[in-house]
Amino acid sequence: MTKDRQNDKGRKMTKDKMEYLPIIGIEVHVELKTKSKMFCGCSANHFGVAPNTHTCPVCLGLAGALPVPNKKAIDWCILIGLALNCEINNESKFDRKNYFYPDLPKGYQISQYDQPFCQKGRLVIARSEATKQSLKIATTRNDGSRNDIKTIGITRVHMEEDTGKLVHDKTEASLIDFNRSGVPLVEIVTEPDINSVEEAITYLKKIQQIVRYLDVSDCDMEKGSMRCEVNISLAACGKRLNRPNREKCFLNLPKYKVEVKNINSFKFVKKAIEYEIRRQTEILEAGKIPVQETRGFSEKTGRTFSQRTKEAAHDYRYFPEPDIPPFTNLKSKILDLKSQLPELPDRKMERFIKEYSLSEDNALRITTTLAMANYFEAAVNKNKSLAKQIANLIINQKVDVNKVKPEEIAKMINQQKSNIISDQNYLIKIIDVILKNNSNATADYKKGKQEAVGFLIGQVMRETKGKADAQIVRKILIEKLNY
Amino acid sequence: MINKNNKLTKEQVMHIAKLANLSLNSEEISKFEKQLSDILGYIEILDELDTTKVKPTLQVTGLENIFKDDEVEKSLTQDESLSGTKNKHNGYFKVKSIF
Amino acid sequence: MLNQVKWDMNLNELSIREALKGLKEKEFSCEELVQACLARIKAVDNKIKAFITVCDKEALAEAEKADELIKSDPQIFEKKPLLGIPMAIKDNFCTKGIKTTASSKVLENYLPVYDATVVKKLKEAGAIILGKTNMDAWAHGSSTETSDFFTTRNPWDLSRLPGGSSGGSAAAVAADMTIFAIGSETAGSIRQPAAWCGVTGFKPTYGRVSRYGVIAMCSSTDSPGPITKTVEDAALILKNLAGKDKHDATSVDRKVPDFKLKDFNIKNLKIGVPQQYFLKDMDKEVIDQIKQQIQFFEKLGAKIISVNLVNPKYSVAVYTVIQRSEVSSNLARYDGIRYGQQRTSFGTEAKRRIMLGTYTLSAGYYDQYYLKAQKARTLIIKDFEQVFKKVDILVSATAPTPALELGAWEKSPMFGELMDILVEASSLAGLPGISLPCGFTKNGLPIGMQIIGPQFSEELLLKTGDFYQEVTNWYKRKPSLSS
Repeated sequence: MTKDRQNDKGRKMTKDKMEYLPIIGIEVHVELKTKSKMFCGCSANHFGVAPNTHTCPVCLGLAGALPVPNKKAIDWCILIGLALNCEINNESKFDRKNYFYPDLPKGYQISQYDQPFCQKGRLVIARSEATKQSLKIATTRNDGSRNDIKTIGITRVHMEEDTGKLVHDKTEASLIDFNRSGVPLVEIVTEPDINSVEEAITYLKKIQQIVRYLDVSDCDMEKGSMRCEVNISLAACGKRLNRPNREKCFLNLPKYKVEVKNINSFKFVKKAIEYEIRRQTEILEAGKIPVQETRGFSEKTGRTFSQRTKEAAHDYRYFPEPDIPPFTNLKSKILDLKSQLPELPDRKMERFIKEYSLSEDNALRITTTLAMANYFEAAVNKNKSLAKQIANLIINQKVDVNKVKPEEIAKMINQQKSNIISDQNYLIKIIDVILKNNSNATADYKKGKQEAVGFLIGQVMRETKGKADAQIVRKILIEKLNY
Repeated sequence: MINKNNKLTKEQVMHIAKLANLSLNSEEISKFEKQLSDILGYIEILDELDTTKVKPTLQVTGLENIFKDDEVEKSLTQDESLSGTKNKHNGYFKVKSIF
Repeated sequence: MLNQVKWDMNLNELSIREALKGLKEKEFSCEELVQACLARIKAVDNKIKAFITVCDKEALAEAEKADELIKSDPQIFEKKPLLGIPMAIKDNFCTKGIKTTASSKVLENYLPVYDATVVKKLKEAGAIILGKTNMDAWAHGSSTETSDFFTTRNPWDLSRLPGGSSGGSAAAVAADMTIFAIGSETAGSIRQPAAWCGVTGFKPTYGRVSRYGVIAMCSSTDSPGPITKTVEDAALILKNLAGKDKHDATSVDRKVPDFKLKDFNIKNLKIGVPQQYFLKDMDKEVIDQIKQQIQFFEKLGAKIISVNLVNPKYSVAVYTVIQRSEVSSNLARYDGIRYGQQRTSFGTEAKRRIMLGTYTLSAGYYDQYYLKAQKARTLIIKDFEQVFKKVDILVSATAPTPALELGAWEKSPMFGELMDILVEASSLAGLPGISLPCGFTKNGLPIGMQIIGPQFSEELLLKTGDFYQEVTNWYKRKPSLSS
């Protein structure tokens, strides 16, 4: 709310307008698709399974049970960390996070506290226009870094176990299914480096893409194998609009943080962040500070709501898990695990642009999934000259990648090429017939209607069952029409 | 440094009880106020030990890097899983509603 | 078929070795052996109250099966080295289908759906479960007074306590209600009741015997072990229990080597006598008796070396913090949802330990309590390492007093830990220890002597203990219980 004032020269002066920069950090939980659970041999598959049929003393928290960590889950956690350029700690351990909740059978979750497997990583994402703009306002620093990409700091990537699932029925009761209890989860935490809702979505999609490339999780938000929590606050950043030559910007780091949980799709993440930005802006403009709290998101209303009543004293009393010996010499795993990393999407995209002369857009699209990228490369094989065509075919879904083997594609194209009629004499004969039978079109062309050419080409293509070389046909047609 | 005046207040005792998910009656709270403070008083002697350059022992066996393979083993049946309680419904454990 | 003339003792009074001999030589049947134990239980347990559950029908059924096997398979004892031997199991070991309570109201009707590994191994070796024995609830104590059900009495003096927390198991062995028993020790819970009840109690090195299925008390020190009539018997049980368990990540992959107990020469032994283990307030008769035994060892050729250990009062503090912290977390799973009663059913001692442990782990206090205690623990471990460079074993009293009278527990909120002052350090260091009967007070109460060795020195402890029982008769004395 700005009040216009008049200075002594009668010119309108606007009050300093406050701009707010979103400061966002995201926590993503990825459910690994190992065969067995994190600390026991129960099947980790819990989707569409009868309740409490994949449990055992360990994941049910029965008296006397003990956890034994799943090697593959840990390897995959480190793999994710490597893909996110993290440092791998040489020594690590599990810790107990103690709290009470009905879906937590042991009364503590085995997680990691001060020595996670991976930390201090980074992920590069492409910036949106909006962000580029907002950052020009927010900072006057000129560090010479690229403006079209942004680096998101990854604070840590660690391992923990999932809880059971609470189902609420219509009565006064809650029902619990422990099939999901103990399923391995990898938690990825970012620094508060995200500054817009677009960046947040881009980040989430990138994480999803990378995790799927690694084939360690289905990473599906709707199915719950990818979950996220957003920490968001707004930093005040002013710009004195009435003195354009002396733009001054200041950034006050916010003294509060709001955590938004329970968001089940990218669409809702967008809505939730947008709502929060609006809500927090209003509070700040009124001169108050938003309460530091946890909020839930309602899909129905598109709004976040306070969960303050649920907030118990968050004293988790972390201590090292005595039932699981510590891990050492983890760096020795790095070489082996790095060799298991596939070429990640960004590198692959760059390589496709270089090696196959694809456009940036096509390279981006063809590397959306590893399966598609691999299919593309298999289809191209040695026929690099056909790369662009093949890419187009796949992207525009002109070929059913589920039915057609990649080796067949190049053959198909070459077949088509060899079927193209470029014999000019033959084509002239057909064109003459078409022109004769379509005097209206000719007249239209002479009147200046260029579309008539398209129509006539279409006729020729129909006559030749699509096999005529379109460029040659066009050339001949225009020559004849102009004659 | 352990506080030399390690007397727990009633509020502290109640807070601990809440963290520990225990409901104590007023008699227990006063009794524990004294008893827990007494125990903490005894524990103060830990201060006399110089542990400045010492690492904590988390595992006396010296074991490291213990894992299990990612293999599926037999689970309990649904009946076995639910056998410990009468509060169940259609294969689920039942509790009073959380919300 | 009982040959009354040959046997001047009742079958229930036999040791494992004697019982096996008798079974192998077909002097009597398993059924007769089990019947003898059950008869004895019927006759005296109403006074002693060692058992919470007696499985008479099941035991007799197993005995019948055992007799069949002995009849049909001459090699059966090679496959099942403990076939037909009746045993009593402390009620914190999960026994499938048999009520397991940890002597707490919280688990008063709890039927585990699985066997502890120790139970599984003993069953596979052919041993027969007579019943489950009383203990301090959740193993929180050194007198068995904190059992939520009833207090067990010392067979040597029914107005006195058997010690704890494995009081029921020790009393059952002392009163010949069973051939052997299984207990567990966190810090003294095998050795101390063995001392007070005049039987042999063996605590193996932490990690030697699997904890899977033992209701957890202090995860970093809990050690299951045998309570027997002779050292020879203890050695036999250890052989059947030790070894890595895939369900217990803290179990060590180390088999007890095949050794001959009698292959031992006292002249090669260096016995350390820790000066700090002669406490100011200790019972004078206990001190005198221990000193006599040490002199006895010296006369037989051992070298006696006076050594210094960290004052045990520090171990009490260290142990109290670590144990109560881990207890507070280990008891969090008992929320009444999946099994057991609600948390309101916890007894006073359990509540008190949970409270203290919650506090010592809580925010702001973790460093000065739990972390500090774990560092102090390192000092204790190094202390023992230094001492064991000079000596082979340590000898001292097991408990500062003989059996105390009922009501002792209530005299101090740290009663348990103070009673165990002589065994806590070795437990914190994970060392093995054995308590042997070494004399009696004027009032006829047993006095126990303990031998402590470095990690994995079970062989030496057992050999030394067995040698001691060859040259002394204390272990042969039985309480005079009128049946």
